[in-house]
Parts: sequence; structure tokens; C-alpha cells
Amino acid sequence: MFDRFNENKNCLIKIEFDGTVLDALEGEMVASVLMAAGIMNFRDAPVSNTPRGPYCMMGVCFECLVEIDGVGHQQACLVPVRSGMSIKREKAKRLISDDLVC
Amino acid sequence: MTLCVDVVIIGAGPAGMSASNMIHEYGGRAVILDEQSEPGGQIYKAIDRVMRDRPNELSWLGSAYHDGARLTKKFRSQAKDYQPGSMVWHIECRNLDGLYNIFYSQAGVSKKIETKYIVIATGAMERPVPIPGWTLPGVMTVGAVQSVLKNSGMYPSGKLVLAGAGPLVLQLASQLIGAGISILAILDTSPKGSFLKALRHFPRALFAGDYLYKGWNLTNKIMQSNIKVYRNVTELNASGDGRLQNLSFKVNETKHCLKADTLALHEGILPNVQLTRLLDLEHVWSPRQRSFSPVVNSWGETSLSGVFVVGDGAGVSGARTAEYSGAIAGIIILERLEYIKESQRDLIIEDRKFRRLLDEGIRPFLDTLFPAPERIGEVPDKTIICRCEEITAAEIREVVKKGCSGPNQAKAFLRCGMGICQGRMCGTSVTEVMSKALEKKPADVGAFRVRPPIKPLSLEEIVTLNDN
Repeated sequence: MFDRFNENKNCLIKIEFDGTVLDALEGEMVASVLMAAGIMNFRDAPVSNTPRGPYCMMGVCFECLVEIDGVGHQQACLVPVRSGMSIKREKAKRLISDDLVC
Repeated sequence: MTLCVDVVIIGAGPAGMSASNMIHEYGGRAVILDEQSEPGGQIYKAIDRVMRDRPNELSWLGSAYHDGARLTKKFRSQAKDYQPGSMVWHIECRNLDGLYNIFYSQAGVSKKIETKYIVIATGAMERPVPIPGWTLPGVMTVGAVQSVLKNSGMYPSGKLVLAGAGPLVLQLASQLIGAGISILAILDTSPKGSFLKALRHFPRALFAGDYLYKGWNLTNKIMQSNIKVYRNVTELNASGDGRLQNLSFKVNETKHCLKADTLALHEGILPNVQLTRLLDLEHVWSPRQRSFSPVVNSWGETSLSGVFVVGDGAGVSGARTAEYSGAIAGIIILERLEYIKESQRDLIIEDRKFRRLLDEGIRPFLDTLFPAPERIGEVPDKTIICRCEEITAAEIREVVKKGCSGPNQAKAFLRCGMGICQGRMCGTSVTEVMSKALEKKPADVGAFRVRPPIKPLSLEEIVTLNDN
């Protein structure tokens, strides 16, 4: 879990994570914003279904992968927040049946 | 239509920015492709935004960080073809016109550029530190915590433990102390006697004396704080239910346990060799830094003519050396493109080479004081080595017993290195574990081959490549 040094600043950007609205500041990365909201568990690993969260924060570990605006496997540590972004947790292996449901 | 240019620089850290600044200063032009959304690389991450929005944080982020603004200012004013958020996913060697093709993805759209020269300035990454439980959310690297600190002005809010050895541990601890953030403990894993061994390299380190002064200050700051420092730490384990909760470790055979929310690991840094391996360049193993790096000559050129590797990606030497190396590659390219004369080129090169020589003086001292850990080859059996495919050290040792001869065969047997990170996280550890198990030198064990695309792409992006 992370906290902002300056909580008083106006968080003008609103993003959504699995339906919950989160506040963010310009320039912050998706991964940081999730961690500041107390979310450390970003996805389930495809092999064992165990939870994973950011490890390197520089684009090499691929542990912070999330779905952003419908596109899967986005590195949350490299993507700056944009207003209205919809982020979803990734759940282990994708199944064909999941895609058919949508 | 494909864009055709003289120079493409990959990476906008100190080396890449410096190459760009040099090339633009003498009238040349370069396209800069950088994965991040702002210039600065890892070391000067978000420096411009910190100066603009959070200047009060500069006092404890430190002068070495603030120094990056000198480069970014010039870079932003000159580099008109700077393309942030660009992930290079393939480089094709010279086609019939004698050009290289670079493929990159930007905002979900892939493009191709043809270029005469390539400067690879993709820097370094932290050495992945496999310990039991390191896949739990909450276990990160020291660099990761620092990255969040610089980029987003955030700090770990629960119980924080730093573990490992290296200048970055001291730097992060000092930054957090300066910011008034509490650190529960520092677990120093550097072996006994490192300081005495490092003293042999002290005279040469004096040529880069400001690092020694800084290091001394950082160490003092930690000593004067009330942070509990455990020395000679071994057998570090992380555990918890769905997230990091407990740490256990040994100090001289005594077992200790701590409750923790965030663990920041660090055991030095490694060149990021993804692109240089993709190009199949020759790599050498550095026994001192325990990592592979591409072979380059004194101006950074590789065995592929026109392809340069500068900065930590060519062997870890720090930001200032990276800056000099970037400038040297830039000036060589300018002369080949006939923007400057040979005599002018040599004058600038000699100056940068001299400054680089002085700056590099600190390296043998630092590398001996914080030696790259040999114990990664000996991690406990149950430790996950490949995080993506969840392959343990035991499984790798088992295939070695069955006759597996190297990392690439291990891929076929186990899928280690074939997950989403494409071997970035397990590459060095697989080489280390196999090296111990095979009783061969890491240089003889070798490393994973790297294949394109080196970043995950949607099929749609590949299919629409020629439309862009």
C-alpha cells in the first residue's frame, strides 16, 4: 500500500478499477494510483491462480498487467492515467467462454 | 509509407538524451523512441514534473536526481522527433538498401522506421532476487519503490523493509529518511569483509571522489537514524496469505522474524540485454558484476556496423559515464554523416573519454564493496525462479540431472523463460542455477535466446502494420 505525500492536492482525474472510482493526479501511472488506493493485488497468475502485484515498476517484470479500456495485458507501471479510464483486474487464464459471454 | 531517417535512439535516459543532445547540437537529427511517457530514464524519472509540481520534494530526492534536469531541458528543446510511449519490439538487420528496420508500438499502433544508425540506450534493470515467497504482492524492488516516489510522489504506507546491498539501498533509505517516512528495518546482505577487500580499489576511486563523499553522507544519515540495521543477513524468506505479511532471515545462525507490508529487494543492477540479444550480438560475462553485456568498442559500436550500445546497457557504469558514452556515440555518427570534421570529432571524443575514465574510477570500489551475489545459484529448491511459468530451482536442477545442457534446452523442457516477461526476470537466475548445477562457468552455460516481438502485441497490430 502506498500513500501520497500531498493528499490535499486536487485529484482532478477519475479512473475506474473494477467499478470503483479512484482519484488520480496528472502524470501518475496506473499502477501507482491502484497502490495508493490500497490495491496491491493486480491479477491472478495464469499458472497457479495466485495473486500478483507490481515488482519492478519499470516495465520488465510484467507482473502489473491489467486490462485497460478493453485491451488486456497492459503494463500498469508504464501507462499514465487518463480521465475516464476503465481498468480491470486480470483473472488467470482467459477462457474462450469468457469472451463469448461479452 | 515507411519513415526513413539517419539515426534512431532507443531510450531517453542519460545515455540516450546525451546522444540526442550531441547530435542535435551539430545540426543532425535523430528520432528518439522511449518506452516511458517522459524523458529521464529510471534515474531521472519524472524530473521535469517534480520540478514543476512538487519542487519541495527535490531537497530530499537529492542533487544527483536534480542534476538530470540539465539533460532533459536541452533534450526537450532540441529533440523534435522525440516519441515517448514507444515500445520497440523488433529490429531487422540491414535490408538491401543497407538500412535497419525498427518496429515499435505506440498507443496500440505499430509502425516501422528505416534508419542508417541505431543507438541502443535501454539502460539497466535491477537484478531479480529470487527468494522463497518473492511472488507475493508487496514484495518489490528498491528501484520500484524509488520509481513510485519520483514518478508519483507516493511512499509505502505500512511496515517497510529494505533488503539487499548496493548504492541504491543507501540512496532510497536516505530519501525516505529525508521525507520523514519510517523504515522498519534494513537487512544488509553484503558479505563480511567486503569493505576491506574494496579498500584496494580506494586510490582509483579518489578520482571520482564526490561519489565517496556522497556514499559517506548516505551511510551516516542511516546510522544516525533510528532504523534497525541487520548485517550479514542470509536465508531471507517472505510469506503471507495472498500478500506479504511475514519475513524471516538469519543473522549469524540466529533466526529473526519480522512483520512487513512492503519488502524492497536489491542486489545491484544488470544491463538490459533484450535488444542486443535479439540482434544476436556477441555478449560477455562479467564475473565482477555477474551479468552478460554486449561487446562494444571504446565509442560504443557493436560488431554490427552502425549499431551502438551506450550507457548501462553496455555494462553497468552509472549515469554520468552513460552521459559521456552517449555523447561519444553521437559524435561518431555526426562525423560519419558528415556534419562535422574528423579533427573536430577527435577533440570532443578525447574530452569525453577522459572524463569517463575519471568517472569510471569508482566502479571497481563499488563492485567490490557491494559484490554481485553468487548465492543466486544456490537458492533453496522451493524458490520460484521463473515467475511467469512458476518454475522452481528444484525443477531446473532436476532437468540438469537428466542431461539438460543449457538455458535454451531448459526452455523446451520446462517453459522457464517462455512466459509473458520473455525471460527478463529469470534469465540471469537460470544461468546462475544451471552454472552451479552443471559446475560450469556462467559464460559457458550461456543465456536465453531472445526472439521478436520483445513486447506483447495484439495480432491486430501486426496485421495492420503496413497500413501505418
